[in-house]
Amino acid sequence: MGLHTTNYKGLLGWIDARMPSLMSAFRTHMSEYYAPKNFNFWYFFGSFALMVLVIQFVSGILLAMHYKPDSNLAFWSVEFIMREVSGGWFIRYMHSTGASFFFIVVYLHMFRGLLYGSYRKPRELVWVVGWLIFLSLMAESFFGYLLPWGQMSFWGAQVIINLFDSIPLIGRDLSLWIRGDFVVGDATLNRFFSLHVVAVPLALLALVVAHIFALHDVGSNNPDGVEIKDHTDANGRPLDGIPFHPYYTVHDLYGLGFFFLAYCAVLFFAPEMGGVFLEGNNFSPADPFQTPQHIAPLWYFTPYYSILRATTSEFVIWLGLGALFLGVLAYLRVRKRWARFGVALVTFIVFILTTVPQVRLDPKLWGVILMALSTMVFALLPWLDQSPVRSIRYRPGWHKVLVGVFVAAFLVLGYLGMNPPTPVSTVVAQLCAACYFGFFFLMPWWSRMGEFKPVPARVTFAAH
Amino acid sequence: MRSISQGLAAAAWVLTCLGASAQEARLDPWPAERAADLEALQSGARTFANYCLNCHSASLMRWNRLHDIALDDKQIKANLIFGDQRVTDTMTVAMNPHDAKLWFGKAPPDLSVIVRARNAVEHSGTDYLYTLLRGFYRDRSTQTGWNNVVYPNISMPNIFWERQGPREATLTRIEYQDVPAAADKGPSRQRLVQTVSQFDANGVAVLNRTELDQGEPGFAYGFRPVDPAAAKAVDSQVADLVAYLNWMSEPAAQTRRRIGVWAIAFLVVFVGVGWWLNSVFWRDIR
Repeated sequence: MGLHTTNYKGLLGWIDARMPSLMSAFRTHMSEYYAPKNFNFWYFFGSFALMVLVIQFVSGILLAMHYKPDSNLAFWSVEFIMREVSGGWFIRYMHSTGASFFFIVVYLHMFRGLLYGSYRKPRELVWVVGWLIFLSLMAESFFGYLLPWGQMSFWGAQVIINLFDSIPLIGRDLSLWIRGDFVVGDATLNRFFSLHVVAVPLALLALVVAHIFALHDVGSNNPDGVEIKDHTDANGRPLDGIPFHPYYTVHDLYGLGFFFLAYCAVLFFAPEMGGVFLEGNNFSPADPFQTPQHIAPLWYFTPYYSILRATTSEFVIWLGLGALFLGVLAYLRVRKRWARFGVALVTFIVFILTTVPQVRLDPKLWGVILMALSTMVFALLPWLDQSPVRSIRYRPGWHKVLVGVFVAAFLVLGYLGMNPPTPVSTVVAQLCAACYFGFFFLMPWWSRMGEFKPVPARVTFAAH
Repeated sequence: MRSISQGLAAAAWVLTCLGASAQEARLDPWPAERAADLEALQSGARTFANYCLNCHSASLMRWNRLHDIALDDKQIKANLIFGDQRVTDTMTVAMNPHDAKLWFGKAPPDLSVIVRARNAVEHSGTDYLYTLLRGFYRDRSTQTGWNNVVYPNISMPNIFWERQGPREATLTRIEYQDVPAAADKGPSRQRLVQTVSQFDANGVAVLNRTELDQGEPGFAYGFRPVDPAAAKAVDSQVADLVAYLNWMSEPAAQTRRRIGVWAIAFLVVFVGVGWWLNSVFWRDIR
């Protein structure tokens, strides 16, 4: 009859006989996916991120039923949802709180990868796909932030799109093409709505599936950074691995309780989060004739925005010197002739474009380049990190200090980006930007220096 | 992990050092206990309908939403609605925005979400409006004859002037000013200058400018009402009005917090069950 021989009974057996790939997928990704048993709380954030994705999809679908992407109606339709749609305030706060929580959770998820070297071979693709998710998420949030059509929505979009102006030759046409008008207007709102609700979510969904597939092909890393597949039993199952289902499904369910506690605390008691998650100025409708005194992007973009603003003409010279220093280090490090040539060429170009007055690029353009680089550099981590061990647990103590400095620099940049710049804060932001890029680009050198602790053969685990 | 937390502590220190000194008017704290006080909300609604709704609309607010602050249709119709609006209508005004712009220089903003719109990381919208509405003083030099300590050269006149009675105002501003260089001597320099402006009840100002050797830039103000009792009564009336504006900015806020308590309670139970389930399943993992 052409039916698959099934081990399942009843309805499941009926389905399995006709569509064996369903249960096979369940086995591959859940009941027979072996995850290390020594996961700590840092490993919750992946499933939290998946949960937030679901929250955003559900609340977003409900919002789109009442929202109107029209520059005359958008602002009022959001407030209409808050007042006239039953439970509308709940749907809207779910979505706005979810957006901020998405970034909190994703940043912590990425930080876990950094701590335990989860991007190291053979997990480079898991990391790179994850980084693409991060970029899509930033695009998604940028497009979505225009939709309430408040003052911050409007001026934030205006400022960010104008950044494209600084690209030589094509800049002005490019920003015009993005906006669809000479200023942010109805055309911009409509296309951002389309991108926010159709295009980017589709990309996100596909990338999340790819991220999980890539992970399940190579298996999860763990806090010890040891490979559990090196020690298997007679059936080829890792000795330190346990089936994801049911062990980690119940574990993550427990963790999700804590996630929802934090999420609901904000949603029900501080949805504006003191003006950080929902900015006061965005409760005024967009007015193209009234520029707010201070324009800042939402908190999760402010570290990169700070780097953009910190790139003054004095800083560009330091940037050139930094690039020269890095270029010399890299030249001495690489052996192949063509690689040396490439390093020398890139260093030379960057150096003259930052220091020689006749050809140097506009500091604003360097700011845009550095801001773009600050989000791109994450993708290089698997190759920048040359440490002989994966996990921070077995690295020298001062590596932890460097990670601490990086985190502090990231947070200070984030804080400064929310506030108007002052002479002092610009210098602090420049120092933090130097720490930020230094952490990444000097990693090939510092990550292999120092005394490493011996890595155990098996994971360290204390029964619960 | 310790070094990471030390890094965070260092970051916190840097941020504290960066705290900027305020150049704006200090805001009086709005008596927040009125937020859920029905009597205050109703009195605020009355002030709103009588004083604000002539120029400002609240076009997202339906009259019958006032049921939430214990007013019924009859009361709304009899005491609050002027003209031929129905209780199912929203609080709009007859004034045409084009005229408004002509008369005031700027159309008066819609007040539906004004408290939230004036929220900022530095201050709450309620404190801002409570101080703004009580911060008017007579100033002959402006078009309306009024000025404001929170919003200098505001287009809006003092709507409470009759009830408040005349007030004298003293404004003290300390700021750095450029002192132009003498033609033959070096670049211009900055001096700390204190300007004390005293406005009498008719808005005639006496300015007193002194150079300071030391001090911090800042702004301070004080009022001396001719009739302190009347001014105090207006303070209370404005506090009620701000309570109403605050409620109107998010009518669902109380429902939100009420449901929130239940949600948190449920989640605490959920975490308990989750913990139990987790420990049962993980018992055999050694």
